[in-house]
Amino acid sequence: MSDLATNRPVVITGASLYGDTKADLVLVDGVIASLSAKDAPTDAVTIDGTGLIALPGLVDLHTHLREPGREDAETIASGSLSAARGGYVAVHAMANTTPTADTAGVVEQVWSRGLEIGLVDVFPVGAVTVGLGGTQLSEMGAMANSRAKVRVFSDDGKCVHDPVVMRRALEYVKSFDGVIAQHAQDPRLTEGAQMHEGFVSGDLGLTGWPAVAEESIIARDVLLAEHVGSRVHICHLSTAGSVEIIRWAKSRGINVTAEAMPHHMLLTDESVRGYDPRFKVNPPLRTQADVDALHAGLADGTIDIVATDHAPHPDEDKDCEWASAAFGMIGLETAVGIVQKTMVDTGLITWRDVARVMSETPASIGRDEAHGRPLAKGEPANVTLVDPKAAWTVEPTATASRSNNSPFGGIELPGRAVATFLRGRATHVDPRFEGAFS
Amino acid sequence: MKHLLSTQDLSREDAIRILDTSEQMAATQDREIRKLPTLRGKTVVNLFFEDSTRTRISFEAAAKRLSADVINFGAKGSSVSKGESLKDTALTLQAMGADAVVIRHWASGAAERLATSGWMYGSVLNAGDGTHQHPTQALLDAFTMRKHLVDSPTGSDLAGLTVALVGDVLHSRVARSNIALLKTLGATVVVVSPPTLLPVGISQWGVKISHGLDAALDEHQIDAVMMLRVQRERMTGGGAQFFPSPEEYTRMFGLDGDRMRRLPDHGIVMHPGPMNRGLEITAEAADSARSVIVEQVSNGVAVRMAALYLLLAGEEGVQ
Amino acid sequence: MTGTILGASDIARALTRIAHEIIERNGGAHSIVLLGIPTRGLPLAHRLAQRIAAVEPDFDAAARCGALDITMYRDDLHKQPTRSIGATTLPAQGLDDAVVVLVDDVFHTGRTIRAALDAIKDLGRPQAVQLAVLVDRGHRELPIRADFVGKNLPTARTERVSVLLEETDGEDAVRITGRDDSAGESK
Ligand SMILES: [Zn+2]
Repeated sequence: MSDLATNRPVVITGASLYGDTKADLVLVDGVIASLSAKDAPTDAVTIDGTGLIALPGLVDLHTHLREPGREDAETIASGSLSAARGGYVAVHAMANTTPTADTAGVVEQVWSRGLEIGLVDVFPVGAVTVGLGGTQLSEMGAMANSRAKVRVFSDDGKCVHDPVVMRRALEYVKSFDGVIAQHAQDPRLTEGAQMHEGFVSGDLGLTGWPAVAEESIIARDVLLAEHVGSRVHICHLSTAGSVEIIRWAKSRGINVTAEAMPHHMLLTDESVRGYDPRFKVNPPLRTQADVDALHAGLADGTIDIVATDHAPHPDEDKDCEWASAAFGMIGLETAVGIVQKTMVDTGLITWRDVARVMSETPASIGRDEAHGRPLAKGEPANVTLVDPKAAWTVEPTATASRSNNSPFGGIELPGRAVATFLRGRATHVDPRFEGAFS
Repeated sequence: MKHLLSTQDLSREDAIRILDTSEQMAATQDREIRKLPTLRGKTVVNLFFEDSTRTRISFEAAAKRLSADVINFGAKGSSVSKGESLKDTALTLQAMGADAVVIRHWASGAAERLATSGWMYGSVLNAGDGTHQHPTQALLDAFTMRKHLVDSPTGSDLAGLTVALVGDVLHSRVARSNIALLKTLGATVVVVSPPTLLPVGISQWGVKISHGLDAALDEHQIDAVMMLRVQRERMTGGGAQFFPSPEEYTRMFGLDGDRMRRLPDHGIVMHPGPMNRGLEITAEAADSARSVIVEQVSNGVAVRMAALYLLLAGEEGVQ
Repeated sequence: MTGTILGASDIARALTRIAHEIIERNGGAHSIVLLGIPTRGLPLAHRLAQRIAAVEPDFDAAARCGALDITMYRDDLHKQPTRSIGATTLPAQGLDDAVVVLVDDVFHTGRTIRAALDAIKDLGRPQAVQLAVLVDRGHRELPIRADFVGKNLPTARTERVSVLLEETDGEDAVRITGRDDSAGESK
């Protein structure tokens, strides 16, 4: 794929910008030089964009790249390629690596490795507390001031459950316009939790993860954010009650943003019957009523963004009994297809909304200034082309990720990203376009 | 029948067939020569990731009386207690040519995982998985109830009977298995338990719920009362504490002589064992004429013989 | 020859003859126990017992009859769909020192009888075991023969012999089906 990363100009003809405006895109020297193919340089690579949706390059606010520490599951290189294939131009790499991304040294290492690979911009997320321990604040200022310019801080995988620590973190990051991304999970209410607590967990004899364990933390944190005048971001909303609390908080003017995950938008706890650990994820798959509430919340703007929570695990961590298996699913390459299936094809949102929830708003929450920009002349040439008619069946092993733990195997998705451009350079193209680059 | 994983998978006809077969197996156990040649040449592996001598010897006796070769795999000191994965163990059993694996595991779903993962080909018989299911226990309980409480047992279900399950339903595979099977067989189930020991979705289980044994005895004519074992670790403080004290539990949920005498004349007392005498049941109730607790154990062998016969005797893959 | 081989009166005559042969062979009926092999060996055993009782008034037909289910002794279990196990009931006196007459409807390969002999061995030690069958259709696969035969019926392997009895089927008849034309069907 790296041979595609040519510096030649690219002209995309006849694409539908945001799914509603027909135009060409001429990408020269990393910027959108023109919206008319007539202005294309003679040596430009031509891509026929007929029938394709052009979106500002997708930004994932919630990715686990596993490097450093678990390179058997994913590396920055493999994760970057998987992201590019999914239409992403930037990912925020979560801090739960080994060592934890809780110092300027580690975040700079991740950031520069991402730059070196060059397929997506890798923005490291800094840990809120040292070693994700939940007690001692990490040196967030140093991470913010490092070359990685960290703005998003999260102990994701663990909840910042101590209210005092959470309050101090919310206050502290104000000085550099940071945001705390909270993994909302009351640890005491979820000891040994294996799946959503409800009818199915009772049937299966698996320890329940009650919705209230998520909702009580979110309620507390929006009130804390209001009290100290900070912004807070809630990771992976999974319950109807969480959507309701965010809706209430926003109506009060609290500076809160929230994300939903494709797997929570498509699957329910019924998938757990059969005990296949590919469906084991944290927070867990919930009920159909929760799925419906996420759809409604995303449609009415209560939920700001869709993020993937791409969480690679090697086969041996899933090839076992349910209770021993790791939590998490990969999802970078399936996200846009699932959003199309659940939200666009159902008429709940438009492609323009997709641009908002998968690019513009995540970039703005993460303070990624060069991303989520308009598809307009003079803007950075970060572009994703989606073919909404390129239906495909998910094959978990046919992924650029080093891991295969997709829960979507065998599911048909209506569309996918067919080309991704980061600063004008193709980082992913569908085989149908490969000829244009030779 | 290829596997026996959960009583939820059994239709009424399946269940009655197992109980009827168990009757014939039980009949053979009164004879001088109790060994049958039926499963000669078949290999049954007892794979126990959790210690349970009573369940293991019951399955072992059942398999041996049908002339199967029995291999015990597990218990302390073996590779399964040293963290060998279920997958590697399954591959080993496959290589050994196990025709059936009787699995006891601490993780809910482990038996189903073993049966459906493609790691091995043989039949899987769930001998208790975590807090999920223990189907042969429910079958032997139903067998015992049918024998005592139904006029002409052979071919019959349990329609018209009311069965009370008393105790920790939340963590009990015995309760889950029994509730599903009793409902399939047409019995009315009354669950008697503190709310802390009931699963969140219990209202959708199709059972009647009572929060005290006296109230349950007032409201229902109970034909069989099944006392569930109280685990000591549910009594310690903090999040693991599900009721205030053993004394309070006994006061509200324990079966003593006085409560037992409130059962109808034909009513029977059951317990899957091992009992905590003095906690969920008094010696007077456990050792009374109404108690069928010892008989449950002997019926266990017959029911497990029936299960092994139905899983292993027929042509592979044919009902 | 497709069609009914024996009618109700033929069957009745055959059973009466067998009953007499049993008494004759054993010098009376004092040690006789009849064990029917389910399904249709069972009513046949009862009918024989009644006929014996008609000749030997001391013979209690009901008390001298039993059922011998041989499912768990079969050698072909793994080649067939799982069979339901039937009941085995023995006369109160048991089998020790009795003359056990096994009763079955159709005598074919001999494997059923082999299984029955194994089952009897686990149930007691009879003085002797004899075999009574309504129809012997040949094609033995084991060195076993019948002591009392209602009707010898040469058949092709492809043919199917059905015994119907009043108690189980609502009529008494022996039918043969599946004989193809090349075998010389005659009507
Ligand atoms: Zn998380």
